[in-house]
Amino acid sequence: MNFDDTPEEAAFRAEARKWVEANAPKEYEAELSRSSLGRIRLEKAEIVDVGKAWQKKKAEAGWACLHWPKEYGGRGASPIEKVIWQQEEGIYGKLTQPFQIGEGMCGPTVMAYGSEEHKRRYLPKLASGEEIWCQLFSEPAGGSDVAGLRTRAEKQGDNWIINGQKIWTSGAHYSDYGLLITRTDPNVPKHKGLTMFFLDMKSKGVEVRPIKQANSMQEFNEVYFTDVVIPDSQRLGAVGDGWNVSLTTLMNERMSIGARLATGFPEMFEFCSNLMTEDGLAIDDPAVRSKLASWAVKTSGLKYTSYRAISSLSKGERPGPENSIGKLVAGTMLQDIATYAMDLEGAAGALTGASEEVASGQFQQMLLTSPSMRIAGGTDEILRNIIAERVLGLPGDIRVDKDVPFNKIPTKGR
Amino acid sequence: MNFDFSDEQKQMRDEARKFLSEQCPPKAVRTVLDGKAAYDRDLWRGLAEMGFLGVAIPEQFGGAGAGHLELCVIAEEMGRALAPVPFSSTVYLAAEALMLAGSDAQKQKWLPKIAAGEAIGTLALFEGKGNPSPKAIKLTAAGAALNGTKKPVPDGAIADFAVVAARTGSTGRDADISLFLVDLKGSGVEVKELTNLDPTRGQAELTFTNAKAEPLGATGEGWGIITQVLDRAAVLLAFEQVGGADRALEMGRDYALDRIAFGRPIGSFQAVKHILADMYVSATLARSNCYYGAWALSTNAAELPEAAAAARISATQAFQHCAKNNIQVHGGMGFTWEFDCHMYYRRANATALGLGSVSYWEDALIDRMRKKNAAA
Repeated sequence: MNFDDTPEEAAFRAEARKWVEANAPKEYEAELSRSSLGRIRLEKAEIVDVGKAWQKKKAEAGWACLHWPKEYGGRGASPIEKVIWQQEEGIYGKLTQPFQIGEGMCGPTVMAYGSEEHKRRYLPKLASGEEIWCQLFSEPAGGSDVAGLRTRAEKQGDNWIINGQKIWTSGAHYSDYGLLITRTDPNVPKHKGLTMFFLDMKSKGVEVRPIKQANSMQEFNEVYFTDVVIPDSQRLGAVGDGWNVSLTTLMNERMSIGARLATGFPEMFEFCSNLMTEDGLAIDDPAVRSKLASWAVKTSGLKYTSYRAISSLSKGERPGPENSIGKLVAGTMLQDIATYAMDLEGAAGALTGASEEVASGQFQQMLLTSPSMRIAGGTDEILRNIIAERVLGLPGDIRVDKDVPFNKIPTKGR
Repeated sequence: MNFDFSDEQKQMRDEARKFLSEQCPPKAVRTVLDGKAAYDRDLWRGLAEMGFLGVAIPEQFGGAGAGHLELCVIAEEMGRALAPVPFSSTVYLAAEALMLAGSDAQKQKWLPKIAAGEAIGTLALFEGKGNPSPKAIKLTAAGAALNGTKKPVPDGAIADFAVVAARTGSTGRDADISLFLVDLKGSGVEVKELTNLDPTRGQAELTFTNAKAEPLGATGEGWGIITQVLDRAAVLLAFEQVGGADRALEMGRDYALDRIAFGRPIGSFQAVKHILADMYVSATLARSNCYYGAWALSTNAAELPEAAAAARISATQAFQHCAKNNIQVHGGMGFTWEFDCHMYYRRANATALGLGSVSYWEDALIDRMRKKNAAA
């Protein structure tokens, strides 16, 4: 048992470190180090612009989407090499946020189902950040129940005509292409009538509207489709096989090993170490210590769980299911930590601006943002179902809509 | 990175599991639980023959000289099987104290006997209520004679010898405490068995009246040694706890698959699934913390105090969580003596206290993290 690289891994790490050291945009180092949660904001530049420049530089040197085959813009790196790269890229990895959905979800789906021509045309530009992709799955009527989606695609000659609405689309406003799942047959049970496409986000009839969120920020969008035309050549997988295609996409979403999950613990430990109360430092209070300790062991537990997964990758094995716990643990912890930090601030905890009474408003922002961590990318409840069914082998829930044609499923509870 | 046990260590775990599933079925645990034996002597002998008792004891002292990673995988299996033997007191506490502080003669006298299953040892630390603290130690040592009372002492009623923490000074500092080795079969030792939450691991009160003792380690260094022993035992016991937590999770899962209510397996209800998913989460976090503890223990790393506290807290919480929710998933049947659920519930809650309670270790963890931050 050790934490050491193999000689090959060490050589790869040294090469990556040297390149990052020589090429990273150091002018953003301080800002990137500070931002620990949610979307990154830069004072004097747009994250997308800075990100594109960084991604392009990486691509030219072979560090973008490095686990992809060379002909599609990668360098054919192994999974462990990808993890090592992420570690070495460090805080500059935050700049790749606009490309993560493309790299993690859209790209792998095009790679699995696209034609050779498509792969050569789209993947290298996706990898280099020249073109940004978004994922158009969720709908107002289909969140956790994605297969309940209602956006229609109707065949007309060699084209498909799209009408409907998507929601919670990150980055739709700056994306060039989108991965779109639609209903092509409402007369069969819901999972069987779906078909996957990709489309140019600048197509006529696509309208992107930002959503104002509960935390008063705007990061997600609604996307409306009105008679949008997609050529049949942009279909991914067979007509009616969209559900299986989407599983490829979602599986890739959950396979991200070594992902940086914010728990709020380092910020909280520092806060309690410095907060002076009437009875002394907060961290000397046994009640505070007890809470901190419970969060500390969850944070270290997550860290070493990812180390176990990385070790499997290093041995060329497939990691076990342990990593499925990450977001479930981190989301709730973030919310609990924010609530408790504000409790320690007392009445002033309700203030959201930076002042001497509150810790620069970071926990207040954490509080307002944390509900989304427990919903996006699979709600806590869906994640528990996945652990129960796929890891522990418990039977699936009884599904009353499973064998019912989609257009016969009730749409209102009362 | 190779943050995992080696193939040989995993093979040893499989051997231990196979051995224990044959030699330590729930029926054997119940023999001790029902008071028909103080511990399972046949199992104890078998563990010695398998080389498990001396796995971390150097060869020159009669052990296998393998190491602490090997001991960790065996500990996990002992916890999983609820082995009703004085393993934790003898191997994690007494043997570790001897290896850390014993003279060659003391090691030569006791370690081979431990490895052979011929001597049971323990640590006599507590004196009534409270967590480990030098201030709580009142038992005195005058010359080589001990006077005072220790309780609870794990496996004290069946132990052949004890490492005893005694007061040898009155400055109010840690240096007031020294350790002694006492042959419990000698004169001046009165042993009283105590009833406790988990009868499969006994507890006793030991009263010393001018009992003959020999120093273990230098005078005034007792508390330092105890702290180290507790850290090492915390990691090892955490593996037992993780083994127990995993087994409780499996029992709950299996029952949820078998039991039909409202016309379907109860494991198909989300209310039940989510209980089991949360058990899996806590057991997984604990296992990962334990692996880090195992690494720190086996390399004697500077991180051991922090790693041990994290493993101890995480594994204690996980075992308690899994044991209580295993009963919940079983419903009424889980509350019967006949079902095994309560044996895990008892063990989980008794082991949560034995080395100091969770709040004690939480306090220690934060202290240790602050020290590390201050040094950084």
